[in-house]
Amino acid sequence: MLIIILKILIPFLIIFNMIPFLIWLERKGSAYIQDRHGPNRAAFFGIRLGGMLHSLADVLKLITKEDIIPLHVHKPFYLLAPFLALTVACVTYAVVPFAHPIEINGEPFTFQAADLNVGILYILAMASLGVYGVMLAGWSSNNKYSLLGGVRSSAQMLSYEIAMGLSLISVLMVGGSLELNNLVISQGATPWSWNFLTQPVAFFLFTTAAFAETNRNPFDLPEGESELVAGYHTEYSSMKFAMFFMAEYAHVIMASALIALLFFGGWQVPLMSTDFLREQAGLGLYILLLAHGILFMVAGIFLLTWFKKGKYGDLRDYEVLVWGIPLVLAGLGLSLYTLLHGSFDLTPLGSQIFAAVVQFMTFMAKILFFCWFFIWIRWTLPRFRYDQLMGLGWKVMLPLGLMNLAVTGIILLMR
Amino acid sequence: MNTAKRELETNTMLLNLGPSHPAMHGALRTQIELDGELIVRAASEMGYLHRCFEKHSEHSTYQQVIPYTDRLNYLSALMNNVGYCRAVEKLLGIETPERCILIRVVMCELSRIMDHLVCVGTNLVDIGALTNFWYFFNVREKIYTLIEKVTGARLTYAYTRIGGVARDIYPDFPAEVKSVLKEVDQAVNDVRGLVVNNRIFVERTVDVGRVTKQQAIEWGFTGPCLRASGVPHDLRKSEPYYLYNEFDFDIPIAENGDTYDRTMVRFEEIRQSGRIIHQALDRLRPGPVHSDDPRVVMPPKEEVYGSIEGLMRHFKLIMHGIEPPPGEVYSATEAANGELGFYIVSDGSMHPYRIKVRPPCFPLFAAFEKMIEGLMVADAIAILGSLNIVVGELDR
Amino acid sequence: MISSYVPILVLFVFAGLFAGAFLGISALLGPKKKSHAGDSIYECGPAPVGGARERFSVKFFLVAILFILFDIEVVFLFPWAILFRQFVNEGMGLFVFVEMAVFLVILVLGYIFVWRKRALDWR
Repeated sequence: MLIIILKILIPFLIIFNMIPFLIWLERKGSAYIQDRHGPNRAAFFGIRLGGMLHSLADVLKLITKEDIIPLHVHKPFYLLAPFLALTVACVTYAVVPFAHPIEINGEPFTFQAADLNVGILYILAMASLGVYGVMLAGWSSNNKYSLLGGVRSSAQMLSYEIAMGLSLISVLMVGGSLELNNLVISQGATPWSWNFLTQPVAFFLFTTAAFAETNRNPFDLPEGESELVAGYHTEYSSMKFAMFFMAEYAHVIMASALIALLFFGGWQVPLMSTDFLREQAGLGLYILLLAHGILFMVAGIFLLTWFKKGKYGDLRDYEVLVWGIPLVLAGLGLSLYTLLHGSFDLTPLGSQIFAAVVQFMTFMAKILFFCWFFIWIRWTLPRFRYDQLMGLGWKVMLPLGLMNLAVTGIILLMR
Repeated sequence: MNTAKRELETNTMLLNLGPSHPAMHGALRTQIELDGELIVRAASEMGYLHRCFEKHSEHSTYQQVIPYTDRLNYLSALMNNVGYCRAVEKLLGIETPERCILIRVVMCELSRIMDHLVCVGTNLVDIGALTNFWYFFNVREKIYTLIEKVTGARLTYAYTRIGGVARDIYPDFPAEVKSVLKEVDQAVNDVRGLVVNNRIFVERTVDVGRVTKQQAIEWGFTGPCLRASGVPHDLRKSEPYYLYNEFDFDIPIAENGDTYDRTMVRFEEIRQSGRIIHQALDRLRPGPVHSDDPRVVMPPKEEVYGSIEGLMRHFKLIMHGIEPPPGEVYSATEAANGELGFYIVSDGSMHPYRIKVRPPCFPLFAAFEKMIEGLMVADAIAILGSLNIVVGELDR
Repeated sequence: MISSYVPILVLFVFAGLFAGAFLGISALLGPKKKSHAGDSIYECGPAPVGGARERFSVKFFLVAILFILFDIEVVFLFPWAILFRQFVNEGMGLFVFVEMAVFLVILVLGYIFVWRKRALDWR
């Protein structure tokens, strides 16, 4: 039981802690795209973390805001909507594998919260539950903008679910399993055998549908700020609004994870198979630690070059020292320790765990890249109009998905 | 069958767009009747920003009106200054020196650039492309800084005076303007690169809110919205004022009169304004920036203290202000949005008897409710942004 | 088999508690004011005319029906897709493919019908 809870809790915390990070990334990333500075004011004893403290400040602000429940709303559904949105967004990750399963005392141990044989179907089911939160919010608010937003979003999510399902089928035909772990293993460790090259159409269809399912620009019509004020969450305030916000980012993380899993080899380290990683664990650990040591030092020294006394005239001047000096020291210590220690000799279990850790890190890097991709697209493209969006879903993506299905089948037959 | 049909009957929904709506720049209000997402009917309402500009003016002296005009189209306030002063000068029959005219031209064209930057930028924000806004606003800030160095203000300049401008430009101004214009070009190219061939943008704007040549003329459109419909009417060419006939520039014209064309016409006008500014700056020669007509200009201090005539003139100007002869005048300039006309009636006293402004965006907003019928909510927002309605000027 | 769903159950409870806690915290910590402004419907300022809960045409009925049709087709495809490779390896690939192709052709015919009936015209 403890292991079950830990298996649930750890990825939950990882994903949940990525949300403030993503918000920071979105704000800072959009700032760099737009020639601005982005958030950089919130400080705690002069420590600003490059604006990351703004996310914390926002949370504090939002939970201490007045909790308005307007009189005209349908109260039970009004409260249920954000609850549902966040709950559903939080349970989707359960079947995501973070690394290759390992064996402890002959018992297999998987790096996923729940080892379901329906795998991806579970994710699809949970993702489509997400529409209930939005729809309920739209209807219960008793506000016309909310209603329009809710209607838009339900129509949009329903339509794109079909395209998503169709694009998945060709991936499943190649992979031959519903379980994400098997799909990842079947893709192999070589980047050119990953599905984004073998199934390019499916990749584009799935990515587009994922954008639509997460209600992100260019598909952010349900919120459509300039048209519907704030769409389905117009009447929501304080933490209830933030819950929709968090749910959106949780969906983004989930969509990124799915894109990485299905099309970019998931936890597969490019060119390094699990067996290879396990065989070379000792050397790998040596290189990894050394590389991190050097990386920390370089990053620390880079930070220290920013130090200029009297730049702000208060504690903020020393912020780079607070981060730079420990980084340099840690990097120095790590490199020296590694160099002095020499090559590592790991037990079989140790080498398995090492491989899992490397794969986990690779997977996280891939997720972060696709999260950035989401942000990048959001700040580049205009948004669709409702009929164009539905037209794209039904008239372009659906036939394309069917065609892709047929072509995949024929190719598999010919082989 | 009958019952089933009755079951499926639906009602239309009345929805307020504005006055406090993110896409209604300022405080516009359009009430729309929605059938699904389609707009069946629409009715606009204005007056949320009414400040009694015209009535106020009747109780002010002619100079006192100048700061009020800043508040008309606050995106290009200098053009209102110039338009008003030109009307009063016409009433008085005053010729302004060439340097003053050139400075006014430069300021007007800079304002036109700023106005178009804001219009296109916010239009793109309404369509959902947020990044372009900052590319434009960064250069707009730079223009603001330049104008601030000359006029002392960033938004409410009150820079022109009847008979001239408040103060001369500083020596480095031409060079700085030229370097900023390069950045404007860069920003325009950046944004054009992001939108012109962007499939989503094209689908959102092409053939959306089409205004035919005939309609545009009937509805009284002027400015970029008229030219986007294919009518080559620009007061700077058709009724040249202020040396505009001596500058080499083109009037951009488009065919369709849709939202896309209105945006593209504005892009091109930014470039043409840049050309005018370059020529005007090159033509600048040292000289007075103010006419020396005794009816509008304070006498020099020595004269005030040294001669009775000077003292009298000073006293009259301070106490009575400018007193144009009785009569009426209509003077129109090509502002960023179109024809900005000032109709002034003078009864010979120090207050204007009547000032009527012909704001370019009044006909545009009047046509808005007709343009959006049968379209979708998102289209209405895209069209409104491309019309560039400035409420300060609309409601006055 | 069913035991593999225990973590899901735990996760649901956990996520529910978490979301519930957020709702509770903001209700607890937020200041409580009774304001008329907060209680009115937001519609850009003016008082709204007509409610948001009237019978409202959104073509949504059609979307929902089409969704059910096509999504069920997709669900039918899932087991087929997973086993397709096995069948190919066993030499029955062509048969299975043609089977599904017949199904898909019927689906596509329906799709064309829907398109021709202008059900996919959202304006």
